[in-house]
Amino acid sequence: MFTVILTQAIRFGLVFLYGSTGEIIIEKSGHLNLGIPGIMCLGAVGGCIGANLAVGSGSTFLIILTGILFSMLFAGFGGALYGVFTISLRCNQNVTGLTITTFGAGVLGFWGSKMGRLNTTFYEASKSFTAPMFGDNVGSDWFSSIFLSHGPLVYLGIAIAIIVAIILKKTRTGLSLNAVGENPAVADASGINVNKYKYLACILGSAISGIGGAFYILDCTRGSLEYVIEAMGWLSVALVIFSLWKPSISILGSFIFGVLYILPHYIAGVSFADKELLKIIPYLVTALVLIIISFFKKRETQPPSSLGLSYFREDR
Amino acid sequence: MFKTKREPLFHLVKRIDVSKKYAWAVRIGAFLLSILVCAAISSLLTDKSIGFFFKYLFNGTFGTKRTIWNLFHETAILLLVSIAVTPCFKMKFWNIGGEGQILMGALGCSVALVFMGGKSSDGATIVVSLILAFVFGIAWAVIPAFFKARWNTNETLLTLMMNYIAVCLVNYFIKSVASSSTGTLTFKDGLVEPIGGNQFILFIIVSVVLTVLMWVYLKYSKHGYELTVVGESENTSRYVGINNKLVIIRTLILCGALCGLIGFLLVSGVNHSLGDATVEGRGFTGLLISWLAHFNPLAMGLTSFLFVFIDNGASQVSNYARLGASYPKVMTGIFFLFIIATEFFINYKIVFKKMKLKEISSNGDKDIDKEVKEPQENDIDIPKDDNNAQEGITEMIIKEKI
Repeated sequence: MFTVILTQAIRFGLVFLYGSTGEIIIEKSGHLNLGIPGIMCLGAVGGCIGANLAVGSGSTFLIILTGILFSMLFAGFGGALYGVFTISLRCNQNVTGLTITTFGAGVLGFWGSKMGRLNTTFYEASKSFTAPMFGDNVGSDWFSSIFLSHGPLVYLGIAIAIIVAIILKKTRTGLSLNAVGENPAVADASGINVNKYKYLACILGSAISGIGGAFYILDCTRGSLEYVIEAMGWLSVALVIFSLWKPSISILGSFIFGVLYILPHYIAGVSFADKELLKIIPYLVTALVLIIISFFKKRETQPPSSLGLSYFREDR
Repeated sequence: MFKTKREPLFHLVKRIDVSKKYAWAVRIGAFLLSILVCAAISSLLTDKSIGFFFKYLFNGTFGTKRTIWNLFHETAILLLVSIAVTPCFKMKFWNIGGEGQILMGALGCSVALVFMGGKSSDGATIVVSLILAFVFGIAWAVIPAFFKARWNTNETLLTLMMNYIAVCLVNYFIKSVASSSTGTLTFKDGLVEPIGGNQFILFIIVSVVLTVLMWVYLKYSKHGYELTVVGESENTSRYVGINNKLVIIRTLILCGALCGLIGFLLVSGVNHSLGDATVEGRGFTGLLISWLAHFNPLAMGLTSFLFVFIDNGASQVSNYARLGASYPKVMTGIFFLFIIATEFFINYKIVFKKMKLKEISSNGDKDIDKEVKEPQENDIDIPKDDNNAQEGITEMIIKEKI
């Protein structure tokens, strides 16, 4: 029982991890992308289309590859749209983000109902995603079932989070990205191509988040279309704050969020009302984290300074 | 070492004086374009013609007496929501928690209805539910305001989280009052009676009255002036002796009270039920409308109307072409993207490389024509503070040409 909860928590937590890793990259460039829930929906649409394209070939590798590529493509399109509006056209980020969320969730619902009418299913494709990466016979002790029984995208997500953490912290690119988010004018003056960084962050971050949406449909729900990705996207945005804009912390955070997300389904003897109360915890804790970090004003734990502001070089 | 950089093909210049005519022309053009794009996408995705799309778009909005009433009713709700969040945005307080504040108002109203409905007189129930709606709505708005004022906590993210806390609280309340319910509570007693038997009129009246009041408040009251100054520059406002913290909290109390009122009206006057989808995302939509209309009440009314027009029309199209419930969301998303893009074309001007000064002064007739068209016959003032030399000279040349 306990092992089942932990195993499932890692799995569901990975959706948040993908979402928040992408959002961290975007927020580091100074863009608060509230379109992430919609972009994850777009990623889910893309992932399903891509995986189904290759399902005829029967090759697990090919199905996963096309699934990931298409989800990144679709989500990247959403990110590029957001980028054009907020970077080039300098529109308000919150307004653009919320619109993209409406749009993305709408596209998922619209496309999903169309698939429902056409009787297209994704169960076949999802088998490639849920198949354990290290084979079926890794052992049945608690360690193997919690950590080694997942599909390949779980490990991919953790790997991406670690790589992003290293890039942000240790490389020149990461530092430049940080500079762009903290003060674009200074970054510009020091020779960093601000718009290039912003665009790359928006598109790449969105693409990574998009895999999260595809992962939810193709792995967590085993191929049945569910429309809760928007809510999970908001939790991913919450996780960014919870993990203080650090992908390394969000690996742990995603696990905690995963536990909290699935716990109400597993504990018995609790009334429906109390289960609803349990669902508050992730949001409540995030709100508290947000308030507490504002008490201390430590530089390392603050949101990027120019988060939410557009940059126009000729402004003074 | 030194790369010879070519001059970029075009660069952007901020418009100094935007004529109202031009701004409205761009907006209306964007709206028409968005409808055409919606129609084109719809006919591409389905086997129906563009004519089909337009037929049911109008059928769902102006088709029958009921759809017309519904159109104005929905517009009124949305207008009221955008009016409620406007003072926050004018103060540059990014309150994206309108959704949660309205929902808490609805919750407050429902608490009173559950415990008093049918037991006390209807009048007493209505009064208590209105008061509770105010209290709940204000509480949800004041919490982020307090932390913003005191510790400068990021209000965008905090209000976002509080939206979902509100959703969870509503679900908790519903499940603890009626554990077997499907997720909505319905009420029979202690509700606001429809005025003259028409359930749509109440919201329209309230909305129009409050819109006028808010316009007066923002434009002519001292409070309105203070919050505008806080929004423009916190340092300036401190310098002239405005208590920033007080203004932030006071404005959010106003916003919370209005949101609470909307919650009350939605539960008691319209839906007669409570669920986590009572607000239907209007908190977010209202926010978009308020910002896109630049806090101008008339523009807010028009934008709300256009939004509801597309939303209602698209649901009718989707009913007849069996496109599913999410189809209107896609259409309204496209509509908003177009309207957001207009902001750019209103605030910035694209200056192409070939339009350099020499060419303009010698033989740039074509280019100048394009330039002149935008401000039309309105007088172009030579900008007094000449912060962009080229811009100033260009304007002067245009002036001479006229």
